[in-house]
Amino acid sequence: MSSKIILKCVSIAGDSPVDIEITDQLITFIGKSTATDGTQMDCSGLVALPGFVDLHTHLREPGRENSETIATGSLAAARGGYVAVSAMANTLPVADTAAIVEQVQNIGSALGLVDVFPVGAVTKGLNGSELSDIGSMAASKARVRVFSDDGNCVSDPLVMRRALEYVKQFDGVIAQHAQEPRLTEKSQMNEGSVSATLGLKGWPAVAEESIIARDILLADMIGARLHICHVTTRGGVEIIRWAKARGMSVSAEVTPHHLLLTDESANTFDPIFKVNPPLRTEDDVEALRAALADGTIDIVATDHAPHPVEDKECEWESAAFGMVGLETAFSILYTTMVATGAMTWARLADVMSVAPARIGRYENHGQSLEVGSPAHITLVDPKGQVTVDRDELVSKSKNTPFHGMNFQGTVVATIFNGRFTHRVGE
Amino acid sequence: MSIALTAQDISRAITRISHEILEKNTDSNAITILGIPTRGADLALRVANSIYEISALKIPVGALDVTLHRDDLRIRPPRPLMETSVPVEGVEGRTVILVDDVLFSGRTIRSALDALGEVGRPARVQLAVLVDRGHRELPIRADFVGKNIPTSLSQSVKVSLLERDGLDEVAITEAM
Amino acid sequence: MRHLLSISDLSKDFALEILSTAHELSRISEGGTKKLPTLRGKTVVNLFAEDSTRTRISFEAAAKRLSADVINFSAKGSSVSKGESLKDTAQTLQALGADAVVLRHPASGAAHRLAQGRWISGTVINAGDGTHEHPSQALLDAFTIQRHLCDSKGDLAGLHIAIVGDILHSRVARSNVLLLKKLGAMVTLVAPPTLIPFAWESWGVNVSHDLDAVLPTIDAVIMLRIQKERMHDLYFPSSREYSSLFGINAERANLMKSHALVMHPGPMNRGLEITAEVADSSASVVVEQVANGVSVRMAILYLFIAGNQEG
Repeated sequence: MSSKIILKCVSIAGDSPVDIEITDQLITFIGKSTATDGTQMDCSGLVALPGFVDLHTHLREPGRENSETIATGSLAAARGGYVAVSAMANTLPVADTAAIVEQVQNIGSALGLVDVFPVGAVTKGLNGSELSDIGSMAASKARVRVFSDDGNCVSDPLVMRRALEYVKQFDGVIAQHAQEPRLTEKSQMNEGSVSATLGLKGWPAVAEESIIARDILLADMIGARLHICHVTTRGGVEIIRWAKARGMSVSAEVTPHHLLLTDESANTFDPIFKVNPPLRTEDDVEALRAALADGTIDIVATDHAPHPVEDKECEWESAAFGMVGLETAFSILYTTMVATGAMTWARLADVMSVAPARIGRYENHGQSLEVGSPAHITLVDPKGQVTVDRDELVSKSKNTPFHGMNFQGTVVATIFNGRFTHRVGE
Repeated sequence: MSIALTAQDISRAITRISHEILEKNTDSNAITILGIPTRGADLALRVANSIYEISALKIPVGALDVTLHRDDLRIRPPRPLMETSVPVEGVEGRTVILVDDVLFSGRTIRSALDALGEVGRPARVQLAVLVDRGHRELPIRADFVGKNIPTSLSQSVKVSLLERDGLDEVAITEAM
Repeated sequence: MRHLLSISDLSKDFALEILSTAHELSRISEGGTKKLPTLRGKTVVNLFAEDSTRTRISFEAAAKRLSADVINFSAKGSSVSKGESLKDTAQTLQALGADAVVLRHPASGAAHRLAQGRWISGTVINAGDGTHEHPSQALLDAFTIQRHLCDSKGDLAGLHIAIVGDILHSRVARSNVLLLKKLGAMVTLVAPPTLIPFAWESWGVNVSHDLDAVLPTIDAVIMLRIQKERMHDLYFPSSREYSSLFGINAERANLMKSHALVMHPGPMNRGLEITAEVADSSASVVVEQVANGVSVRMAILYLFIAGNQEG
């Protein structure tokens, strides 16, 4: 018995409304539907986008299941409109062997809510000095293509060089968390006038920018794919723009929180705003928004980083770095970029789905919604309003800095492989 | 609003109080006059000057702030402190005459007695007030009174002094 | 005003009121009054998660002179190494019925967290949080300057004050910059560039690296303690070089105007940032600062706690 869903009267990426028929796992018809069987959903006023793909997610399993599990993270992802997430490797144990990445993928696929693509660590145990089993992870059932020590920077230039060279053999990409460790020892927040006043150790922009510049030059020399995680500064944006203008291959991501919040939030000393890389200045936020709009930054990635209450309820210096983000990403993007006219629906689809899938080489994802495409669809309401309530998050951890804030644009339903994994009102 | 004491009334009252102080204190104990800020301190100076005019006696005069000894501190926001200045002759073994503008519940005077106790041990303490408006809440009485003015609790007594308010007058007003 | 967390919480008028209250309190205590009943029945807890005998004793003396009950809670070391203990400790204090908690803690923002966390209903007085602020120190420094150099009711307009030393890591410097500017003084920071915070321009101060050039122009200099350990984090090459460039000695003291004050929040590293000779000279008001600290802290406790409703 095949399953059928008919989405009535939905706008595909902002175009005139049509009906979409989904049979089993594929889109089978687009136009004026005459079908009478299957689940019908009235999508008047809604926009359909290719299912969102997150290239940077922390699912915490194995090892930190008190913050999040693959199950709860998948639920959060589905609620946020995501059909694929990339599970970062800084788990316990670190995902640096084929066995661990296969285990993570198995758990994800057994749950069947999103595609969980494990990211492999670049170095063994994130030690920064020895390469992990990159080739084995690439050849495993998990077919890892994205490698990252995120949480840590691959700061040794020789290690970075070798890693970039090594991943060329299977079209892999190194996703770098750019943070020069010697300039950021015990750093707490952006180095600037706010940190000077608050007496919190600063994390200077140059610690991020110098690694970005170095790695772009390395990747260019080697001819390998480089991806810069969570870019946060105007300087970093300008370096990437310079590189792209010269035809250098580099991709870059920005998080929703860096498109909205600044280091002024630290004035409350509330560590809900403590994150790595840190929130920067208003000027940086402007530069990041412009870069996302003009293509200098390729994708949005959440860097969803769950932490339990006790790791955020304390004084700033003792608190963990990170914010959850899967469930609020679309609303923030819509409010800051689409509702303001900085970005079109097509561009939004690109940064939330098409480009991340391409960078990760997730072939089944990021495809435009056409007959024959896999039925991974996110349905959003551009007129929907939401006030973020941390207690309503389905993520196991509730460390969101957006509690109480209002946004426009909501995710109404998520379809993964032809089945609803999230539907408002269900 | 009604005027209970005019400038002339106040002047006469001070003169009379000064005479009474001298009559009552004929023994060998030296006197120190301490006024309770703000207007009690102003009046204390006037009384000391008046005594000098009458008798050529120079009585040491100063001010004793009672804010820190008040019993209503918890109920109101903390008030700014007034100046305390005890003359060099001190209070030890002397007759201290406390001076205040209005005697009402008696709690201010109770605080003043506590504050005075921190300064030293007078031989005796007497109280001079310009106006006694009744409604005592503690067993306190004045030795020297300018004028007894019975009032109701809804009324307030406003004392104005030339050196501070530009005119000498005691007015009674109804509360709103 | 519920809590004293930062100098920026105070308006200029309120800061001056704290100083004039301290002035009155110090006259009362000079007049022989040792104890006032003002805070009788109130409980003040000194929660010191970082070593500091002098500040704790100062707050303790201030509270006791106002007849408050004082409980000292020294929670240093591993028990308050993580913030979860701040919450647990706070809840214990709440059970003790603290009307006020005087908090010293090694983490910047700890006093804010205690105040915001709503784990206690009392008043929080910041006695030094990490490298962020030390409001009562700045108030007693301003009080000391006021006593010597201006009318006791007035602000510090027209005065030029220098703060010398490890500005970057100094909570005393941060609170002093805020308060001195609020009261109208001009402030110059003197330190090697490594110890001046990045983005100091937003503070509205002057910065100089030449102590000899600055000293003749100032009315008071606040010398900050320099920690020798900073040398290992590459802030300066050696203690000897630091002293020779930024330490105050008799020769430098002679460059100052005759009325200029030498101040230090203590504890002093005699021989490092200040020579024994200068520390003990007539220009030095270091000992008086300590006495003034008690009056200022009495004023703070009075103004912040006396009016609080019971539980």
